Amino acid sequence: MFILKEVKYKDILDIKELSIKKNKVTCIVGQSGSGKTTLIKLLNKLISLDSGEILYNDQFLHDLDSIQLRRNVVMLPQSPAIFPGSIKENLLIGLKFSQRPLVSDDKLQDVLNVVKLNKSLDENAEKLSGGEKQRLALGRVVLMEPEVLLLDEPSSSLDEDTEHIIIESLVNYTKNNNKTLIMVTHSKKVADQFADEVIEIKNGIVVNQEEV
Amino acid sequence: MDGVIDLKLWQMAAAYIFVVILLLIVRIRGISREKEILISSIRMTIQLILTGYILVYLFDNINPVYTIIVIGLMETFAIYNIFKRTKTIISNSLKKIIAFSMLVGTLFSLIYFLLVVINISPWYDPRYFIPIAGMIIGNSMTGISLGVTRLVDGMYSQKHLVESALMLGATPKIATKEIVDNAFDSAILPTINSMVGMGIVFLPGMMTGQILSGTSPVTAIEYQIAIMLGILGSVALTVILFVQLGYKTFFNEQTQLITNDDK
Repeated sequence: MFILKEVKYKDILDIKELSIKKNKVTCIVGQSGSGKTTLIKLLNKLISLDSGEILYNDQFLHDLDSIQLRRNVVMLPQSPAIFPGSIKENLLIGLKFSQRPLVSDDKLQDVLNVVKLNKSLDENAEKLSGGEKQRLALGRVVLMEPEVLLLDEPSSSLDEDTEHIIIESLVNYTKNNNKTLIMVTHSKKVADQFADEVIEIKNGIVVNQEEV
Repeated sequence: MDGVIDLKLWQMAAAYIFVVILLLIVRIRGISREKEILISSIRMTIQLILTGYILVYLFDNINPVYTIIVIGLMETFAIYNIFKRTKTIISNSLKKIIAFSMLVGTLFSLIYFLLVVINISPWYDPRYFIPIAGMIIGNSMTGISLGVTRLVDGMYSQKHLVESALMLGATPKIATKEIVDNAFDSAILPTINSMVGMGIVFLPGMMTGQILSGTSPVTAIEYQIAIMLGILGSVALTVILFVQLGYKTFFNEQTQLITNDDK
């Protein structure tokens, strides 16, 4: 799905060759500052590489319309934005941003179940805890039903038990709906347990890529 | 009403007592502003005396070229002043947008106001053209300065939200809507507020000037109402042009947010 060749970005990333497969769960692991977030930002085209090439579905990323690409390859940052308003408004904002039709409350409730957020849709989103906000933002991305979900440390604010439940639910959702999940994680345990493939980055270089 | 009391030199000098009082206050309270107060007072005096003589010359020698030169100077000074006033760093592309919006917004409003609303003849009559241009350009300058500060500050302080929206596939227009609307709102608010207090809280300068020079208050008010609407239109037009074009300068052709370090 993604093929990277001779990719360089400032002095942060230097990737000779890397491929990320379709309909798989790929975990990107490595110490903080190793370039994991930069890598998924490149895939979301939030930043552009200095040299080399990235292909998405056999097309050069550079030639693709950034906005259309981001609607298919959605990224969730480590500290996702929560906008003023209710849970419902925060879920729907992804659809509004990507100019797509809004959905019914039942559908929103289903998404809350995927991210295991047992809250009323009318509740004020800004009053949620850090972990709940993270799950809400995750729900927002799931609702958009993109081809690829790029998640940057989606469970960083969650305790270990909740982390397990959420990631499991997310992985099931991905598999059942033929989506591709690319997830940056600090947790070796998550990577070992849920990933089909693990990419390890150290100082901007891919040091290991293996199927689990 | 037998015309104006012509101020004699000693009467003018007597008015400077207010500056002296201010200087005493800051001296006693130990506020280090004496230099600025002195410089501003001297600048104000010299600038106005010079302007007075220049206007006398322009009114005696009516010529379209002179009027155009004066408008050009006013616009240049106003645009330069906006750059200077804005405390935040502004990129060169944003500076171009500021200059474009000021020129198009104020000139369009000015020409409409003079030729359609007041219907002056000849079109370049400096007695009307210059003071009205001064009011329209001056107020638009204040408006756009506020708009620039709000837009630039908003883009930096809410970079996180804009970037989050982009990640979800938002167009720059959608991602910055709130910042752009806020910038527009804060830029036109002073003009709207000044309209509310007008005639009750204060008598506007132009009207006061006309009344002092012997014009009927009713005529003065007619002019004041018209010019206020002209100012409102010009501020709105200038600022909407600026914000609608200005937010785009924060994105590159790949619709990526250009951060401070890239500029």
